Amino acid sequence: MIGNISLNSFLVISTLMFFIGIYGFLTRRNLITMLMSIELILNSVNINFVVFNRFLYPNQLQGHFFSLIVIAVAASEAAVAIAIIINIYRNFKSIDVENLDQMKF
Amino acid sequence: MIFSKYLFFILSFIAIYAALKVLISKKPMHSVLYLTLTFFAIGGHYILLNAQFLAVVHIIVYAGAIMVLFIYTVMLLNLNIQGEFPKSRLAKFASAIAGGILLFTLIAVFRSYDLKVLADPSLNQIGLVKNLGKILFQDYYLPFELSSILFLAAMVGAVMLGKKDIY
Repeated sequence: MIGNISLNSFLVISTLMFFIGIYGFLTRRNLITMLMSIELILNSVNINFVVFNRFLYPNQLQGHFFSLIVIAVAASEAAVAIAIIINIYRNFKSIDVENLDQMKF
Repeated sequence: MIFSKYLFFILSFIAIYAALKVLISKKPMHSVLYLTLTFFAIGGHYILLNAQFLAVVHIIVYAGAIMVLFIYTVMLLNLNIQGEFPKSRLAKFASAIAGGILLFTLIAVFRSYDLKVLADPSLNQIGLVKNLGKILFQDYYLPFELSSILFLAAMVGAVMLGKKDIY
């Protein structure tokens, strides 16, 4: 199924996605969009795991296993983070990160 | 196979375009829907890489569970009225520089370094659930079970944080 696609083109795609996620995490002030950027970052790392598994050790499955663990961690992290965001919205009526300075001083 | 090459380019274009639109769109609901499109494109990449079971799990968990959570939260918090709060120009510029330098360094490294590829075309059944189950329940049994404890802790934490009168 892989044809003649090189390993590097997959790596370039996942790197682009990683830095789109980094840029979004640094520039957005909306908590939900920041969480979505984190999901993008985790997904690009997952692609890297599977790509290296496929090209360097095609008869083993360690990369798939680590991707599964990353998916599990991302799911539980999203659940807890969204509970925290809803709690913040209840207390502050906003999810702008610039408003959350109660614990800063 | 020339067909899989075209498929790779189409999927990559969809993934990168949708990931950019996640950041560009003003409304959070549009961001969530574009993120779902990105996840489907990544699932296509997994199928190209012979990771069939992982592709199915990825679609189910991300597009099925996490995206529903995001969509309900966006609808619950009524964010479409508030719109986006823009950050200062300086912060945007600084993060573009910081991300861009590392991005170009990594891409230059990929271009200059040619990894030896050992891909064997006869091993296209390796990502099915039969082989992955052997790995999960023999070699990595303890981390697999520990992830269920992680899920339990996350569930308890989410319920406790979501309750109204804990203070």
